[in-house]
Amino acid sequence: MDLPLLDFFRAARSAGLRISPAESIDASRAVQVVGFADRTRLRDTLALVLAKTVEEKQAFAECFERFFRRGSFANDAAEAASPAADGGPAAGGEGEGGGGGLAQMLLNNDQAALAAETEAAAAAAGLVNITIFTQVNLYTRRILDRMGLAALEREIAETRDADRAARLRGARDRLREQVRDFVQQNLLLFAEGQNQAFRERMLQQTRLTAIDRRDHDRMRVLVRAMARRLATQYGRNRKRDRRGVLDVRRTLRRNMGWEAVPFLTVWKQERIEKPKLVVLCDVSGSVAALAQFLLLFLYSLNEALAGLRAFAFSGSLIEVSEILEQHPIERAIPEIMERIGFGSSNYGNALVDFEHGWLRILDSQTTVIILGDGRGNRTDPRTEILRQMADRAKQIVWLNPEPRTIWGTGDSDMPRYAPFCRVTAVCNTLKHLERVISDLLRDGA
Amino acid sequence: MTPAWHDRLCSIEATEDGLQSAGYIASRPISTAVYLAHHLTKPILVEGPAGVGKTELAKAAASWLGLGLIRMQCYEGLDESKALYEWKYGKQLLYTQILKDRMGALLGDEPGMDAAMRKLHGVSDLFFSEEFLEPRPLLKALREPQGAVLLIDEVDKADQEFEAFLLELLSDYQVSIPEIGTIKAKVAPIVMLTSNSMRDLGDALKRRCLHLHIGLPDARLEARIIASRVPGVEEGLRRQLVAFVQQLRTLDLKKLPSVSETIDWARVLVLLHSRQLEPELVRSTLNVLLKFESDIETVEPQLGELLQKSRREAVPVR
Repeated sequence: MDLPLLDFFRAARSAGLRISPAESIDASRAVQVVGFADRTRLRDTLALVLAKTVEEKQAFAECFERFFRRGSFANDAAEAASPAADGGPAAGGEGEGGGGGLAQMLLNNDQAALAAETEAAAAAAGLVNITIFTQVNLYTRRILDRMGLAALEREIAETRDADRAARLRGARDRLREQVRDFVQQNLLLFAEGQNQAFRERMLQQTRLTAIDRRDHDRMRVLVRAMARRLATQYGRNRKRDRRGVLDVRRTLRRNMGWEAVPFLTVWKQERIEKPKLVVLCDVSGSVAALAQFLLLFLYSLNEALAGLRAFAFSGSLIEVSEILEQHPIERAIPEIMERIGFGSSNYGNALVDFEHGWLRILDSQTTVIILGDGRGNRTDPRTEILRQMADRAKQIVWLNPEPRTIWGTGDSDMPRYAPFCRVTAVCNTLKHLERVISDLLRDGA
Repeated sequence: MTPAWHDRLCSIEATEDGLQSAGYIASRPISTAVYLAHHLTKPILVEGPAGVGKTELAKAAASWLGLGLIRMQCYEGLDESKALYEWKYGKQLLYTQILKDRMGALLGDEPGMDAAMRKLHGVSDLFFSEEFLEPRPLLKALREPQGAVLLIDEVDKADQEFEAFLLELLSDYQVSIPEIGTIKAKVAPIVMLTSNSMRDLGDALKRRCLHLHIGLPDARLEARIIASRVPGVEEGLRRQLVAFVQQLRTLDLKKLPSVSETIDWARVLVLLHSRQLEPELVRSTLNVLLKFESDIETVEPQLGELLQKSRREAVPVR
């Protein structure tokens, strides 16, 4: 297979495209059919074979441009160096004929040969393995060494012709710059994606409350991707067999071929209901960051849910479904915070508010998710209301960002609430969040 | 022996021209996809918003290449007996009757049970032979002696299990029927799958296909499409209406008008003998372009402004 194509696959993988070996074989077959000559044609072809979603097409186009811009190294450099080259031939004509290959190339300003040489040296130095930016200098050095920098330096030192030495020195510095740029481009091509993937993996496991504000955008993208994955899995109407209950009509139809002697049985099926959710989020200081991601997650899931109403509370409780539906989450969350957030939480009060306003929306299909640390600042926990809610609703799921060991310490009312919840779970990273929600969806909670 | 239509797909340019001769204005990636689908014998998965001409592409390809178009509409609950084959039960029953009548004559002089059974064995195989096979679209496409264009429409509407069932067909152009064995295509058909992205398709399916995404066209391409599909519309009006639709697409609408809607609208305008986009006319025909009441309400107040702008923009293109 062609080496440049292999390098391109590497670059594309690092840009986030998932290219299987089978696809890379297809791609090289396709390229054999259409040829390398026409660049747009090559791009169309590779896009057809390698990029399989709209987002991937986008990433592919960027990666393709960046990768093949590398090829123009020679042209750019030639333009940049042309003023110097003007003076070159006259002076070079008298050349002593000596000097290493590199010096000769530099003096003749043979950019094509230099580019080829750089590529070869880069391949020998294993440039495609570059992973982080601190390696740029190292690889630049290695490539220059392989191209014969030492010999060049020696020649500069030994030459008696001052003019020639100056020109060589200038050319050497220019070359160093070029190689540096070249290495930087490669870093972008081959390492950027891996670094990103690594950072995302880390973010998934970091405590949500500890995540830096500057990472929030990236987190939102991650959350949406997770939700999207779950939504496609659970967004459709699912059925499951009730084994043992025969569906007579369909069994007869299925066995028509042998005069309806039931060789093959068809069981009755039941629909797995999509969950109907009511979410109560504590947005007091301690849990607010987490609430944001939970809400974002749930609102990105809408096709997998039959209904979703969201409430926020700290001192008292309000419904926030409308705000969340009308604004993008980035703006909705601050608005909610402004209305209600940053007070000290009072679970008893919040439950009373819910009882008065909305208790009747709970029915036997509703799952209530409560997100909070259960620390009511020593106010009355009003557990009897939670008991009422548990009686009316299908189930109550309590997500607590604190580790289980400190539940019940200090002002935490968690042990008093826990008996009414079907599930109590620790939830403080994206991973936890995903696990809890996907469990809910799977059982058709 | 290679069928005659293979020669027509000799280059990407030829493909583009060919599709155009069938009334389909293909952008470069589209013709590349059709060309590669043939040369790599791979199916094409076409994705894009509704009404950009995904199904139309298959029709055009079939009519240009002179092949039959075999179309299979997917829906929830589609299974192999509707997609691939079914046994002709009636015929099988009839055959049993005949066999019963002839049984005596067939077995009459066999001495023991064993010998009789041995004789019967040869006969019973006939039940599950191609004689009794009722081919459904997929099998039909494989058995077409000259090849065919197989369109598996809206594959995202089918169940996930059905997707898995398609994999053998898509990768090897063959299907396995347990009772008979493997049936392989004599001439590989051109297979196109379309999807509206109702749900994400599985990686396994995507890996076996060339992936073509058709988006909404730009003004130049759309004008060409209109010219080819609605020849009656005058040049000036065409520019205006395309510019108008392009502007609608920049608005925040529930459902953006796609090419098929533009074509319908152009037809309506031709029927109404209009030569200019008049506000009154546009207002009354807006429901051809926009399919939601709320969208129409969004657009109506801005109509004058949009029309003026599209008139302005339509001129310089000339």
